Parts: sequence; structure tokens; C-alpha cells
Amino acid sequence: MNQAMTLPSPPVTDTAPSIRMVEVAQRQRWQDALFHRVTQLFSLLVLLALAGIIVSLFMHALPSFQKFGMAFVWRVEWDIVNEEFGAAIAIFGTLASAAIALLIAVPLAFGIALFLTENCPVALRRPLGTAIELLAAVPSIIYGMFGLFIFAPLFAQYGQPALQSTLGQMPLIGPLFGGATNGIGILAAGIILAFMVLPFIAAVMRDVFEIVPPILRESAYGLGCTTWEVVRKVVLPYTQKGVMGGVMLGMGRALGETMAVTFVIGNANRLPTSLFSPGTSIAATLANEFGEAADFHISALFALGFMLFVITVVVLALAKWLIVRSEKARGA
Amino acid sequence: MELNNFNQALYRRRQRANAIGLGLSMGAMGLGLAVLLWILGVLFYNGVSALDWNLFTQSTPAPGSEGGGLANAIVGSLMMLGFSVLVSTPVGILAGIYLAEYGDQSKTASVTRFVTDIMLSAPSIVLGLFVYAIAVAPFGGFSGWAGSLALSLIAVPVVVRTTENMLRLVPGSLREAAFALGAPRWKVSLMVTLKAARSGVVTGLLLAIARISGETAPLLFTALNNQFFSTSMDKPLSNLPVVIFQFAMSPYDNWVRLAWGGALLITLAVLTLNIVARVFFRDSTKQ
Repeated sequence: MNQAMTLPSPPVTDTAPSIRMVEVAQRQRWQDALFHRVTQLFSLLVLLALAGIIVSLFMHALPSFQKFGMAFVWRVEWDIVNEEFGAAIAIFGTLASAAIALLIAVPLAFGIALFLTENCPVALRRPLGTAIELLAAVPSIIYGMFGLFIFAPLFAQYGQPALQSTLGQMPLIGPLFGGATNGIGILAAGIILAFMVLPFIAAVMRDVFEIVPPILRESAYGLGCTTWEVVRKVVLPYTQKGVMGGVMLGMGRALGETMAVTFVIGNANRLPTSLFSPGTSIAATLANEFGEAADFHISALFALGFMLFVITVVVLALAKWLIVRSEKARGA
Repeated sequence: MELNNFNQALYRRRQRANAIGLGLSMGAMGLGLAVLLWILGVLFYNGVSALDWNLFTQSTPAPGSEGGGLANAIVGSLMMLGFSVLVSTPVGILAGIYLAEYGDQSKTASVTRFVTDIMLSAPSIVLGLFVYAIAVAPFGGFSGWAGSLALSLIAVPVVVRTTENMLRLVPGSLREAAFALGAPRWKVSLMVTLKAARSGVVTGLLLAIARISGETAPLLFTALNNQFFSTSMDKPLSNLPVVIFQFAMSPYDNWVRLAWGGALLITLAVLTLNIVARVFFRDSTKQ
């Protein structure tokens, strides 16, 4: 396979190795250096891509940032004809749908992770874990179609009236559940998003729960703790950073998700008055309008995209940092 | 006696909390499974009626007309997938080798690893915007190439991270044995380590393909769509996800029916790839 290896062992002269061997060694050193640099170059492509994304988005967004300044973030207008743009509605829809998604998904993910690590028969752990991972593999457009054609009609018929007659009657939060019950809107988008991000959060939680040293767990059981107490008072405090990381990861996904949201959020450029009213998110606005946009409109959409990217990168970086730290804690 | 009664009450309360907590966690698991089965059930119920031979032989129909299929979209999707795999495989594997073999020694490698993990979850629609900015706007039009580039951007981080993780599983003694025979580092990496981690790397590739075959958002303004059968990568190229998006949002029953058929095809492909990847990897690690 290699000359160095098939080389007949040279007669050992007293001093210098044969010139041939020196040549081989030199060539190999040169090849190794080349290999090192080539692989390094390819790995730097990833960094280059990130820098390229930020720079190119910012360049294209610059005209609208120059025109509106910081006010772009809280302006409500989104008037394509008169070229008056503001991000407030899209930002609100993005944050609200992601917040609803997390509110629903985090407790569910905790339950799933708890079940898979503490309670599940060993024989079922793998198939059930795989099933949850498959939920993550289902393409987002499928969630969107499911939301629009199956979930929204059911939600309009049963879910929304039920919410209106219970939570809608309460003081303070009542108005949140007012308005027409046609199934689509910010709440529906949040619920569909919840099931999209659920498997990502559950997978991280399961992984960090598994790194809790058995001796901690067993000591707690030895003191007579119930499974619930072990999880609440030993596992959860021990893994809180990793759990937070999982939640942030889910948040990063929820903020940037496009297709699932576009189908069910209603795509209305109005400030929502309740959780049932249609709204829009940054990603949904991009998906709906970019194909037909021209001139200044494009720049405004790039500005939205730039903001979305910066927000998600910050959230994901924080998530990654928390997860890495919780994994390091295991080594210590 | 009283103490005993007190303990009994506390004990019962703790047992109740335990039962409620575990019951709820089982409920969460059940809900997750139910949603998966519900989605799959709905897909089969609505998709099977669209599955016929025409789906694979005819192109997408004009608005409001009957019949038609998804042939152009299927071919377009496969072309872009194929090209993305051709690009992301070497890039991803070489970058993964760097991170695994040289990565412990340098600061840039750990930064790269961090950024790769972020790119894994970065919003795909923004990657579409980026590709629009560098490959659509300057070259005067939407194209299959731009679509493949966007998909490659999503696939590369997946391949990089799985390759690195799989290479790290290769025992150090194997590397050392090769070094001891006088093999240079690049030969050890490519012919010993990579070969030993082969099945894991293939698993990563399969997962990357599964990931990008359902991606819609990055194709919306890169490959766009093409109503007609076309195999030209220089022009807008029809593809399954965007066709599904347009058809599902349309008012025509026939289009919605085709969208369900396409959705079923994509989901079957993605889930099959995922399961094959898992089984393939499990079998290879058993040996």
C-alpha cells in the first residue's frame, strides 16, 4: 500500500539511512502537511458560510436599515405599495408562536425524557426513543399540511370554543381567547410548532438525564425517595444546564421554522388582537412575499431575515454553550 | 402511634405525587406517539388515493385541470438531491476528518465545531435568502444549481458532525498500529480510520439526505418551481416540496390531492432513510 511499508529493508549501513528512505520520508511529510491544510480548508468553509450569510444578508438589508433606522424593529406598518416597512408584527408573531410552542413542548418533552430514562421497560426504550426521533424526521411541510387540513378544522370546531368558554371567561387573560374561531392563527401555529420542536427538546433532555451518575440516583433511592422525587430533586437540579440548553435549542428551531407556521398562522399583516387572530412570523412573511418582491421590498425582507438569523444564532449559541457545560460537568 | 399516623399520611401523599408525576410522563409519551401515528395515518389515508402510475409518469397539471402527476417534480428533486450529495459528501467528510484528527490541537477547530452545531439548527429559510443573494440575484435567475447549493449548505453540517463523531469512535490503537508501520498521517486517516468508521459515515450521509429531501423553505426562492418537465439545472427546476406547498395552498381539489400524494412520497422516503440508517449502523456496530 505504501512504499515505506513494502520497501525491502535496506542493508543497514553504519551511518546514514539510504537516500531512498529519506526521499520517502520527505515526500510523506510534504503530503501530510498538504492533507492537513486541505482538510482544514474544508472545515473553514463552514465558518466562511456563517460569515458570508451574515455579511450578505446585512448588505442587502442595508437600504431599509438606512431608511428606517432602529425604528424598523418596532414599526407596525407593512405597506408594500408605499414602501413603508416595519418588523413589529412579524417579530411579535415569531416570538408569540415560539413562546406558545415552548410552553406546550417543554413539559411534554420533560415527561417523555423522564419516561424513557426512569420508567420505561428496557426492551421498549430503543423503539420508543426511535419513534420520538422519527417525529423529528418528519419534514416540516408535512406538519404544515397536517395543521391546515386536519388540525385547524378540529381546533375551530372543538378546541377554540372550549377554550373560549373556560379560559376566555377569566378576567385578565379572557380577551386573549376572543375573536373568530376559524382554526388558524397564532395559537394554532404555536401548537403545531410545539409538536415539531418536542422531539428535539426531548432528545436533549433524555441524553442529559442519562449522564447523571448512577450513584447519585441510587443514593436517593436508597434514602427511600420515590421515582418522582429522584427526578425532581436529584436528576433535574444536576442536569439543569443541559435541560436549559435543550429548551434553548427548541426555541432556536421554533423561531426559524417556516413551513409549519406558514400553513397555519393565517398570514395577515395586522397586529393580532387575540391568540385566535391570524398573524404572521418573520419566516412566514419571507416564504409568502419574497418570490414576488421587487426593489425596496426585497431589502425590507432581507432585513427581516437578517434579524431572524441573528436572533436564532444567539439563541442556538447559548443553547450549545449550556449543553457543552453540562456535559463537561460530568467529566469533572 | 400518632407519629405512625403522620408518617402514613406523608407516605400516601408522596406516593400520590409519584403516581401523578409518572402518570403524566406516561401520558406525554403516549401523546407524542399518538401524534406521530395520527400524522402518518392522515398521510396514508389522503395520500394513497393519489398514488397511481400517473403520479410518476405525468407532469404537474395546469390550474383547474384534471389528472396529471408529479413526474417533473420527482425528477427535479432527485437531480438537486444528487448534486447536493455530490458536493456535501467530500466537503463534509474532509471537514469531519480535520475536526476528528487535528481538532484537539487548535482553537479554530473548536470554533468550527461550535459553528457547525449552530448551522445544524439555523433557520433554513435564511440559508435560502443567502443563496438568493449569492447565486440567484447576480446570475439573473432562479436555477436548479442555486437550489442544490442551498440544500448542500444544510447537508454539510450534518455530514461534518456525524463523520467527526464516528471517527472519534475508532480505537486509538488502530491508528497507532498504522503509524507504527510507518504509514503517513493522510494514509492512516483515509485508509485506516475512515475505512473503520465507514458504516457510521454512511449513516451520516443517509441522515443528511433524509434531512434535505423534505426541506422546502430554502428552495422557495432558489430553485423556485417549474410547471413543465425540465432537466436543465440552469433554469427554475420543479421539486416536490415546493410543488406540495403551492398545491396544498391552492383552491383546486386535484392539486390538493396531488399534494397529499407528494407528501406521502416524501415522508415515506425520509422515514425509510432514517430507519435504514439506524438499522445499518446498529448492525455494523454489532460485528
